[in-house]
Amino acid sequence: MKINKIILSFISALAILLSTSAISIAKVVGDKIILGSAISLTGKYSSNGVHTQNGYNMAVDRINSMGGVKVGGKTYKFEIIYYDDESNPKRAAQLAERLISQDGVEFMLGPYSSGLTKAIAPVTEKYGVPMVEANGASRSLFTKGYKYLFAVLAPANLYLDVAIRTAVELNGGKGVRIAQAFEQDAFSQDVRLGILDAAKETGSEIIIDDKLPKELNDMAATLVKVKQMKPDVLVVSGHTKGALTAIRQIAEMKVDVPMLAMTHCDAAKLSKQHGKNSQYALCASQWHKTLTYKDDFFKDGMTYAADFTKEFGYDPPYQAAESSAALLVFKDAFERANSFDQKKVRDALAATNMQTFYGNIKFAPGGQNVDKPMVLFQVMCDSAGKCENKVVAPLKWASAKLIHPVPKWSER
Amino acid sequence: MDFMVFQYPMISVQACLDGILLGILFALIAYGMALQWGVMNIINIAQGDLVILGGYIAYFMYLFGIHPAWGVIVAPIIMYFVGVGLYKLVINKVVDRDLFISILATFGISILFMQLMNFAFGADVVLANSGYGTTFLFDSAVVLPNSKIFSAFVSILFAICLVIYMKKSKLGRAIRATAQNARAAKILGVDTEKVYAATFGINAALCGVAGALISITFTIHPYMGLPYTIRSFMIVIVAGLGNLPGVALSGMGLGVFEEFADYILGTEFRIGAVFLLLVLILVYRRFKLSRKREYLK
Repeated sequence: MKINKIILSFISALAILLSTSAISIAKVVGDKIILGSAISLTGKYSSNGVHTQNGYNMAVDRINSMGGVKVGGKTYKFEIIYYDDESNPKRAAQLAERLISQDGVEFMLGPYSSGLTKAIAPVTEKYGVPMVEANGASRSLFTKGYKYLFAVLAPANLYLDVAIRTAVELNGGKGVRIAQAFEQDAFSQDVRLGILDAAKETGSEIIIDDKLPKELNDMAATLVKVKQMKPDVLVVSGHTKGALTAIRQIAEMKVDVPMLAMTHCDAAKLSKQHGKNSQYALCASQWHKTLTYKDDFFKDGMTYAADFTKEFGYDPPYQAAESSAALLVFKDAFERANSFDQKKVRDALAATNMQTFYGNIKFAPGGQNVDKPMVLFQVMCDSAGKCENKVVAPLKWASAKLIHPVPKWSER
Repeated sequence: MDFMVFQYPMISVQACLDGILLGILFALIAYGMALQWGVMNIINIAQGDLVILGGYIAYFMYLFGIHPAWGVIVAPIIMYFVGVGLYKLVINKVVDRDLFISILATFGISILFMQLMNFAFGADVVLANSGYGTTFLFDSAVVLPNSKIFSAFVSILFAICLVIYMKKSKLGRAIRATAQNARAAKILGVDTEKVYAATFGINAALCGVAGALISITFTIHPYMGLPYTIRSFMIVIVAGLGNLPGVALSGMGLGVFEEFADYILGTEFRIGAVFLLLVLILVYRRFKLSRKREYLK
């Protein structure tokens, strides 16, 4: 009995000691602003998680080396505490709790993917911790009335909206016949809702509306229907699996469709994995290096891409670019708030109106960025079989002319 | 519900042919499972992960500029040793134990394999391009990718070789003897330990072949193994353990069932339909298999 009491008091003493020492590692230590992020370094999102982390790190180094953040006449440097969320929403939520209540982090950066952002947002909201996220595009994130969530990217329902509008425009303003296949996950279903809205507004008709399972690796049935019904546009969204499977089977089954639009082409490295078979596919993207947005830190997209490649050895996917932009937003907000008070920083974030190399950033009351349109690029290959992604829409940013309709397989 | 498949007869033909080609590939994986289930009384939950690992072998050959079809030769050789190694490390400790122990052990192996593959190869979805082209039938109304035909052909070839091997070779006979009565076989001089290791190796090798074929027909991802485990489990439940024609037939049946479920219920219910069928069959067979060991003919 006595022994038990001693152990118990020892444990509680230890707990008190730990909790007090944890609090002492606060958000702003000396000349450092400490941000926290749960990120997928292992598990199924690990490749995009690493892109996100690389984007964050690159921006931290750049901002720190170019003078840091000036608040109250003093210069501060960014530092990020990362934890691996194992691509698991539950774990991500736990880690957000830990970052906030144990590590004393008062400002957060988002994780990778809509699902994980959804898991973390209620936690940051509960503690009133401002979070700038760059990789959660699901529309449902912005309809919950979150006050402390800010996303630098365009919401998911806008991903392929521009494809439908372009198709209608090319059809002389008349509605088109759409075939669509979407994975059963939050993101793809939001993309689908966007298409439904666009179809309604343009008087287009949806003739095939398939849902794809998470274990998707065969969409032959959808494609057989497409062959039979001959739609004007085929829209596919199922992350990298969906993009790779669609291109493989469209090429194998020689499915002719005038326009093929999808998401995640660059994450899937379509042109590398499929070469010429991926030619003419239209891909929705948050960012492309040829866009001419500018800022003081990374100059423009081309310079960012070159610097990123030099540092990490691969071309930056948009996931990295938008993550870097998140840091620029934080820096701007801290300086405008001129304070580390969470409420003031939150208000400064809400009032953001700036241009970065990644695009314009201005937040709607829901937290989504409303000032940056999606771009569409088309995979174009030369006769030697070397393929490149060229921006074709919106016209303002286009670096090449859209090839429409896609040539028939028999003519390629 | 969509009954388009019945309105256009050619779609039915397409669905049947797709299903049969797919089913033959499933049957190959299932045959491996039936073999080691029959011999060792082990339900291998990691079956699908062995398949995916085989797929990665073919994919890496493809990355190094070797045609991925050679994967059907290289993958089984490597996978055989992976299988034997796995047996020596883990499986030999759970043979002859309760079925649940083996399920738990292989479940653990499955998780470990998934994480290791994710760690080693990354979480990207990958595939190997065979460049095999397409076959058009009935005035282009039915299209069959040659890679699927190739897969079915290779699967049949391997199955035939295996059957002959089991009938004619010394080890094959030893495996069958052990399946019928391990104790008697041991008394009569069969080294059952060796037989078990070889059986698990052969199973892994078959998974390797199937994986290589999947990398050229579908896609490969570290977490995509489970659906293959489920399918092979179901095929074995339907066909029974020692029945190769049964495995082939129920494989094809499952393939066709999946394709039709895809057309009628929608792609989102494809795997769901397989699970539903599994439950129905299990209820129907009242877990007979877990109570009674069957012979491998």
